[in-house]
Amino acid sequence: MARKGLLINYEFCTGCHTCEVACKQEHDYPAGRWGIIVKDLTRETEGKVQVDFLPFPTDLCDLCARRTARGEKPACVKHCMAACMSYGTVSELAAQMEELPRSVLYVPR
Amino acid sequence: MGQRVVRSTAWSPGPGCHGGCGLEFHVEDGRLVRVEGDERHPYSQGRLCPRALALKQFIYHPDRFLYPLKRVGERGEGRFERMTWDEALDHVEERLRAIRDRYGPESVMFVQGTGRDVGGPISFLCYSFGSPNWVQLGLAGHSCYTPRLAAMMFTHGDYAVLDAGQFSPEGMADPEYRVPEVIIVWAQNPAAGCQDAFYGHWVVDCVKRGSRLIVVDPRWTWFSSRAEVFLQLRPGTDAALALGMLNVIISEGLYDHEFVEKWCFGFDKLAARAAEYPLERVSEITWVPAEDIAAAARLYAKAKPAAIQWGLPVDMCPAGTTTAQAVTHLWSITGNLDVPGGQVIARPAFGVTTYPFSTQELHALYGEEFVQRMNEKRIGAQEFALLRNFRGWGQPDRAVEQMITGKPYPIKACWIQTTNILGGQAANTRLHYEALRKMEFNVVVDLFPNPTTMAVADVILPAATIAEKESFRSWWSPVQVMTPAIQVGECRSDWEINLELAKRFNPELKRRYETVKDLIDERLRPSGYTFDDLKDGNWKFPDKDTPSRAYYRYEKGLLRADGQPGFRTPTGKVELYSTSFEQFDMDPLPFFTEPPESEVRTPELAAECPLIMVTGRRSPVFFHAEHRNIPWLRECDPEPIVEIHPRTAAELGISDGEWVVIRNDRGRIKRKAKVTPIVHPKVVSVPHGWWLPETEGREPHLYGIWDHNCNLLVNIGPGCASGYGGAPYKTTLVAVGKLDEGDD
Repeated sequence: MARKGLLINYEFCTGCHTCEVACKQEHDYPAGRWGIIVKDLTRETEGKVQVDFLPFPTDLCDLCARRTARGEKPACVKHCMAACMSYGTVSELAAQMEELPRSVLYVPR
Repeated sequence: MGQRVVRSTAWSPGPGCHGGCGLEFHVEDGRLVRVEGDERHPYSQGRLCPRALALKQFIYHPDRFLYPLKRVGERGEGRFERMTWDEALDHVEERLRAIRDRYGPESVMFVQGTGRDVGGPISFLCYSFGSPNWVQLGLAGHSCYTPRLAAMMFTHGDYAVLDAGQFSPEGMADPEYRVPEVIIVWAQNPAAGCQDAFYGHWVVDCVKRGSRLIVVDPRWTWFSSRAEVFLQLRPGTDAALALGMLNVIISEGLYDHEFVEKWCFGFDKLAARAAEYPLERVSEITWVPAEDIAAAARLYAKAKPAAIQWGLPVDMCPAGTTTAQAVTHLWSITGNLDVPGGQVIARPAFGVTTYPFSTQELHALYGEEFVQRMNEKRIGAQEFALLRNFRGWGQPDRAVEQMITGKPYPIKACWIQTTNILGGQAANTRLHYEALRKMEFNVVVDLFPNPTTMAVADVILPAATIAEKESFRSWWSPVQVMTPAIQVGECRSDWEINLELAKRFNPELKRRYETVKDLIDERLRPSGYTFDDLKDGNWKFPDKDTPSRAYYRYEKGLLRADGQPGFRTPTGKVELYSTSFEQFDMDPLPFFTEPPESEVRTPELAAECPLIMVTGRRSPVFFHAEHRNIPWLRECDPEPIVEIHPRTAAELGISDGEWVVIRNDRGRIKRKAKVTPIVHPKVVSVPHGWWLPETEGREPHLYGIWDHNCNLLVNIGPGCASGYGGAPYKTTLVAVGKLDEGDD
């Protein structure tokens, strides 16, 4: 079976923490365990402040195997408030990236 | 093992919140096992905030109140005893009835916090009891949406919101819809918190579809970084900025000449007022470079359509209502009112009232004569003509003063429903603490122990969460209902508690409503639907070309009672010069006034307290003073911080992560420094609503409010002649320093 991944169009990630909490609920992780974690990359650049966030799937990310087996999206992808995450095969997602500057493809497993 | 899915809509206990999102409750053996977004729901399309996704931890939290409680020790000792509901309601009825008999119904205040679905049941109970005092106690200057609502109502006879397609079942795919070419995000971070019946990420959806951004904020946000023009203004100077932009638009002829000529009243007078705000003057007041103000004005005015998404700091400006009026004029003179992709007129779907948002709705529910009679003793109604003529609120600053002084009549009891006044909205926390302690009797309806329940509650009634209740929502579209999925302990919904008590105080209601559903069905009647028609996710939108569905209703004669084209104002036009404000002895035109404390108005104070404290920046994981006890949420935003600019921090010798003291002549609090370039060097951002549920709750600690609550440093209002607006939550001067020797 083709390898699956998570595409994150981080231009639109607003740092809302939805993916983190969606993951905790889905996996029933206690506080302190994160299947995905959002990093605040805010920094001063030329004449402005760039507020950027980037979610990172951790070693605990199983790409929501239970959900995807039922034909559902991973919990983080479905609930993302900015709708900036996609799930699919690596080749589909890589093709989408042609049109998406400021995006990143994760292949957690 | 059967799993059941119940579809509902968010609004209040649980996610927080101002609501609107589509929820699926997955229930197994009577227990909530999972919350999912409802992908069919037009408002959120399956998306959910972290607070909704953490509902399980909220609902089954070990500290939750599960049955009614009566205080047995002294206030503040935290000793309560279990009661049955019958005992609790009998006791509350007896105490409130005795106070009413002795001091009159006006001596009992009915207190709520922010605009949640409690607004319907609490006003219903208040008026059934006979009190005119429905109050957002602690909310200085009544500075949350009401000033903006007043400005809109008296300017164009209706409310208006950024059009994100939310009034159509097809959303942005509706062929009539257009994406705003330009959006001004004015004093808000739509990605955090939960806006007034507005899904904040709709702005992100618009940006993806090509909307260009202008952002007005003292603080850099995700939106500021993506803005074509970012106006990093001095807090509290929004009115000057709006007038400066109006001046550019008018003097350069960039306004919509046809709309102004045909539909607006008082344009020349507005032009003359705006001319008093040349760019150089506005730049000096606001700290924003003149060329940026001009660029923003031109970009907004030349775009068609363009829209403004604004936030509560507008209300908190020194003259909140008039600041909002100036912003309202921006969308009016550019012809963006009730057009696709502009500022669309927002009415409750089908004219169904859940939470009365206007005088018209109060009249429809309770009768004009009753509302007039309530005005005789409604706190602040005699003093403030605008307040007397708009909605039913008691004025919160006058309310707390009256609790202390007993003048012009005594306040003896408070019914406090899902508002943690002392941990949350109350400016001058100490004053509110003293006022509430002075009451003979306080009932608190809530879900968890908090500083307010601990310090002042005599009876605690356990409220149900969103997953446990029947309720309904028409703010704004579609009309929809909340369907109960589970039962937790003996918790009851706000509607159920208040209906039962209301019947005891007004026996006539027993004939009208046996159950909450009867009441909901009566309120739903204008829609032609019942609770059962709408339950389990069967929301309904009004048809096109009806008063509660966009667009161009002023041309179609859908706004005025007489069916004529035009607006629901005395002149029938958009009143750029407000004949209503004139009648209320207010300036009919917008103006700027200095904040009560500032480098300009109080330079000596500014020398001692050189930084402007803005409170209230939103966190995506908290709703005001809630959710600090929810582990999944707290770990995303774990500590009470102060955001301080690196340059300012370096001057003060403060490092990132260090505990610091913030002080002024009203008090001092401790916060952890977050050194970040997102704040202006002369501003510190201090998040509100901080108390520490994991620490000691009993007196004198009250979960750390005396150490951490930023409102200890904030004065009450109102700062303006209207009674609405003018709270110094965004403009208080402070000094920040390292912890002194001996401080922990």
